[in-house]
Amino acid sequence: MSDASLAARKGRAPSPFFANWRQYIIYIGFVVIFLVFAATLNDKGFLNPNNLLNIVRQTAMIAVMAIAMTFVLSAGEIDLSVGAVAGLTTVTVAMAIAAAGPVAGVLAGLATGLAVGMFNGWLTTRIGIPSFLTTLAMMGIAKGVAMWISDTAAVPILSPGYSWIFGGGSIGPIPVLLLWTLILGVVGHVVLRRTGFGRRVLATGGGETAARYSGIDTRSVKFRVLVISSMAAALAGMLYAGRLQSGRFQLGEGDELSVIAAAVLGGTSLFGGMGTVIGTIVGALMIGLINNGLILMGLDFSQQLIARGGIIILAVALSQKKS
Amino acid sequence: MTDLAYGTKSGPVSNVAAAPAAVRMTSISKSFGGVRALDGVDFEVLPGEVHALLGGNGAGKSTILKVLNGVHKPDAGTVEVNGRVLTAHTPEESRAAGIAMNYQEMSLIPTLTVAQNVFLTREARTGQGLIDDKEAERLTAQIFDLLEVQVDPRARVGDLGAGQKQLTEIAKAIGKDAKVLVLDEPSTALAVSDVERLFIFLRKLKAKGVAIIYVSHRMDEIARIADRATILRDGRHVITAPLSELPIDKMIEHIVGKRSKGLADVVRSDMARGEVLLELKNVTGLHKPDNLSLAVHRGEVVGLAGLLGSGRSATARVISGVEPAIRGEILVKGQPVTLRKAGDAIAAGVALVPEDRARQGVIPAHSVASNLTLGILDRLQRGGLEDRAKVREVADAQIARLSIKTASRDHAVSTLSGGNQQKVVIGKWLALDPDVLVLDEPTAGIDIGSKSEIIRLVRDLAAQGKAIVFISSELSELLVACDRIVVMADGRAHFDRPRAAFDDPEVPEHDSGHRLQAAERKLQVAIQQALTAGQERSHV
Repeated sequence: MSDASLAARKGRAPSPFFANWRQYIIYIGFVVIFLVFAATLNDKGFLNPNNLLNIVRQTAMIAVMAIAMTFVLSAGEIDLSVGAVAGLTTVTVAMAIAAAGPVAGVLAGLATGLAVGMFNGWLTTRIGIPSFLTTLAMMGIAKGVAMWISDTAAVPILSPGYSWIFGGGSIGPIPVLLLWTLILGVVGHVVLRRTGFGRRVLATGGGETAARYSGIDTRSVKFRVLVISSMAAALAGMLYAGRLQSGRFQLGEGDELSVIAAAVLGGTSLFGGMGTVIGTIVGALMIGLINNGLILMGLDFSQQLIARGGIIILAVALSQKKS
Repeated sequence: MTDLAYGTKSGPVSNVAAAPAAVRMTSISKSFGGVRALDGVDFEVLPGEVHALLGGNGAGKSTILKVLNGVHKPDAGTVEVNGRVLTAHTPEESRAAGIAMNYQEMSLIPTLTVAQNVFLTREARTGQGLIDDKEAERLTAQIFDLLEVQVDPRARVGDLGAGQKQLTEIAKAIGKDAKVLVLDEPSTALAVSDVERLFIFLRKLKAKGVAIIYVSHRMDEIARIADRATILRDGRHVITAPLSELPIDKMIEHIVGKRSKGLADVVRSDMARGEVLLELKNVTGLHKPDNLSLAVHRGEVVGLAGLLGSGRSATARVISGVEPAIRGEILVKGQPVTLRKAGDAIAAGVALVPEDRARQGVIPAHSVASNLTLGILDRLQRGGLEDRAKVREVADAQIARLSIKTASRDHAVSTLSGGNQQKVVIGKWLALDPDVLVLDEPTAGIDIGSKSEIIRLVRDLAAQGKAIVFISSELSELLVACDRIVVMADGRAHFDRPRAAFDDPEVPEHDSGHRLQAAERKLQVAIQQALTAGQERSHV
């Protein structure tokens, strides 16, 4: 490489912000949407602290699952079963609490996530079924099991302690759900960016063959991200159960789409190799923000669905690098 | 030098025998699906030497290296590294034994930065055990400083050019403080000055007692950097000798060896060459070719010879409209054409049979008939629906014309042998009835018998009045298939000679095996000369 062409390369070196604005579209979009809603919906109480905290409460479960989904997508896999696993967990937790108390409930919830995750991981990495199919099938299985063991009825949770920790409580003005999101967000960010495991996840999704040649056990990486995802889905289920003080198979239904949308909006690649936990959390908050704003605008549900779809398409389209 | 029997070894070099070997591979055999890639090969490398590993395509170089670094498990034989016998034959075990290798860009993750790639799986850590990318960037910069090359450790690998990627790959290998460093074609994408700096660095490593295995097709490089060389041919060990006993012409002799009869006896159908069908006038592509002029006549097969990166495939892509020509003129049947996309070239009568058969050539899961007619679907319709009778007719005609061996036209292409799959690819393009056919490595990965058949087919097509551009890394094939051979290096045509120019008048006409062998040597020499000429030009 001659000095001249090297200089040319240096000259094209990305200036931190303007050259890469697409990378930051989620943050720009978040601010823009927030400002628009603040200006147009102020009289309807959008900026009321209670409303803002509500957005956080409603987003927490999506955010928790989306943090784990960031790992799954970064490793080049996908998990469609998260919503159904969350629903199943609300039922197992509620039934265990009714039978043996809150500690048993928590253990039952974690066991549900672990069992589903290991099964997903085993099918995907050992049998070789693509995770898209494994988790698509698991979505139906989890929902079916939840309906079956609960007899499709809601199971009430009569443990105030459980409900406080998992969803309902707040410390002063800060909802416990916000703490869950923040703690998991920080842990997720550090693990993805600053640990050997996180680097292996990104390497596996970025180039599986190259990762294997570099000595990375890519099957183990994929197994683990699928377990992490199911564990996060189980935690989200425990939060749903705590917040609504009951276990119901419908809880979490359809969440997988919001979860994947949150991660992709945040800048995580569906094709693996690139992911950011902070972006994902902002993506989840943005979806919550949009939902909240559209409701305050008085749109009915059908209009909300259309508007939300349009905004997500716009944001993702803007973030695509032109090739 | 007629006695080039397999298995000859140079006598032991006296001071060498006493030193413990860094690598000792003994009687290594390895087969893939019945094809013997390595047959009882011995390979020994000493600490503090640069050992060149040489051989033509399919000689077994990459297989033996993959056995050494644990990607392949040998069927028989032992691998010893610094006196330790490897038993598990996994990449982890080889790495632990001190072997580091560059993989021709295979081991780089495009989405990570240069520093993250160089330190992948052995990341620098902070006091708290977290990954410290800043430290990795500093250490990576140090490695590049040692090499005296400039690569930005923070750049994303996917954004780098080929040369910078290769330097990253090399940095990744040498960053490991390995006892045995394997460099597989490290210089293909490097500028001459960077190769120079790499050599200076390798000499420093050598002085520290590191054993270096160096694989390259560039004999001038080997002659400058290597202490000893081992030559493989057709999966067997041919010779191991100090470079002082192996001048370049002798190396070539050992690499080429005795030709198997199969290719040499291909009967060529010929026709007198007609008018010019394809002409390139000073054509320059995005990177390559560089100011290339070329004329291909009706009834003629023109071969493009050269090493990886010489611009052969780039030329094919420009001719077929996949890559644009930036300067110069392309004429088909005397008419200037502008080729912006592959469709333009097809409309002008030029078809490319691409290099990567599985990805670009066929849809393996679809039937032979559906692959053969994929390019002419529009012509095989009636009332907007597929005309099945017509499809069957066209498919059967092509199967017969190319003698494709398949149980039926409805069998999936994936069930066919490699040679017959390649015939399907060729048939698919022939269905368009092009005037000019560009074949990029049409015999890659198919057995010798099918190779002869493909070459015979190419000759037949030329005799039927097509103009053919034939690209191959196997020199014997070029010599058998072509009427004219253009030797390329660095994107330029250095020699453009009729096939007969490579014949050695001293070898008798009837001895087809020796004649081909002699011609191959001459072509090999021409390629090496072109390389040197290309380098001198880029020095200016």
